[in-house]
Amino acid sequence: MILRIALALFAVPIAGGLLAGMDRIITARMQRRKGPPLLQPFYDVIKLLQKEATTVNMITRFFTTFSLCFTILAVVLLFTGQDLLLCIFAFTLACVFFVIMGYSGYSPYSFIGAERELIQIMCYEPMILIAAFAFYEVSGSFHVEVVWKLDQPLITRLPLIFLGLMFILTIKLRKSPFDLSMSHHGHQEIVKGITTELTGVCLAMVEITHWFEIIFSLALVYIFFVSSAAYMQVLAVFICLAVYFLEIVIDNVFARVKWKNALKISWIVTGVASLANFVILGLL
Amino acid sequence: MVFKMKFIKKSPWILHYDGSSCNGCDIEVLACLTPLYDIERFGAINTGNPKHADLLLITGSVNEQNISVVKQLYEQMPNPKAVVAIGVCAATGGIFKDCYNVQGGVGEVIPVDIYVPGCAARPEAIIEGVVLALNKLERRKSPRKDA
Ligand code: SF4
Repeated sequence: MILRIALALFAVPIAGGLLAGMDRIITARMQRRKGPPLLQPFYDVIKLLQKEATTVNMITRFFTTFSLCFTILAVVLLFTGQDLLLCIFAFTLACVFFVIMGYSGYSPYSFIGAERELIQIMCYEPMILIAAFAFYEVSGSFHVEVVWKLDQPLITRLPLIFLGLMFILTIKLRKSPFDLSMSHHGHQEIVKGITTELTGVCLAMVEITHWFEIIFSLALVYIFFVSSAAYMQVLAVFICLAVYFLEIVIDNVFARVKWKNALKISWIVTGVASLANFVILGLL
Repeated sequence: MVFKMKFIKKSPWILHYDGSSCNGCDIEVLACLTPLYDIERFGAINTGNPKHADLLLITGSVNEQNISVVKQLYEQMPNPKAVVAIGVCAATGGIFKDCYNVQGGVGEVIPVDIYVPGCAARPEAIIEGVVLALNKLERRKSPRKDA
């Protein structure tokens, strides 16, 4: 237990930062550029910590900190095999704090970013909750721990739910075509929306929060592939990496969509994928 | 505590502002981001947000209309920061110096650290200017730790 908590607290941000660094290199290579060093995300964060922190509103820092804390809590809960619903609620609460942080920024860009972040939450939240429900239907418990005891991984019973989840992970990983509120590439103005007013420590915290979010999202993928078999537990890690690579490809291939389309597409995918999967589950 | 800004050199985030340039220098600044020069290999990002930026790259001279804008951009950037004036226009006003609304180089309004010569400045020269500005920045102490 303590080992797992330590893993969630120390190994997760390092793994998340490394993945973010890999992401930037792979993206650069896809655009025929050389790209930054692997440790670039860490350099960025350390630099931000050293820089002057100007805040328009003291409460901004408070909300950013809470957003980070609840994301960490969600990851710790997930890694220690606790209730899946609890993890999702902690994670959602972190997102809500993040939105409030955007609204506390007094800047029209920040407001638009916060609005778009809310829309993104509306896009992905139904699918995450349905996935948790499907998890319960198949495994008979909300406890994440049970996946390590399953004979067959969840993917064999919930393939469509998994596809739906992968679709909304694009939103959560802040990848194009759904990077409406904040993007991780050198885009400008409105696209950096929600972080417009953030400097120094606050911006560093947002970066670290994103590292935890990456791992949280991939851990959800892991849950679908792991089973009691030892080889599946290893294979699932590689599948997570493959999924992340696929997200990078999608990021580079698609142009950003309008928010209305994002909402429509994600709800349609959520509806079709989950309904079809539940029908199949019922027939089996 | 005296603290040197070691990591700023590894992650310079750039804000590019077009004063009244003919767009020649602007194209060259953007060329630095393209696959041929790829300034991101030094960790640089073109941010478009003064609050995230470490370096202000200005092309073109300052005129009556944009003096306040340039000043505000500079003030909104958190310390430590540096300014790179790109092209002859940004240095002295260049070919537009005698225009009725042109005030002169960027140095008239805000302190400039590095002047990059050329009309238009070559991308290689711009990257060198950025590297020189970073060397200057690194020697500055972090105000956050000093305060
Ligand atoms: S220095 Fe030359 S290329 Fe650059 S903005 Fe001035 S006139 Fe244009």
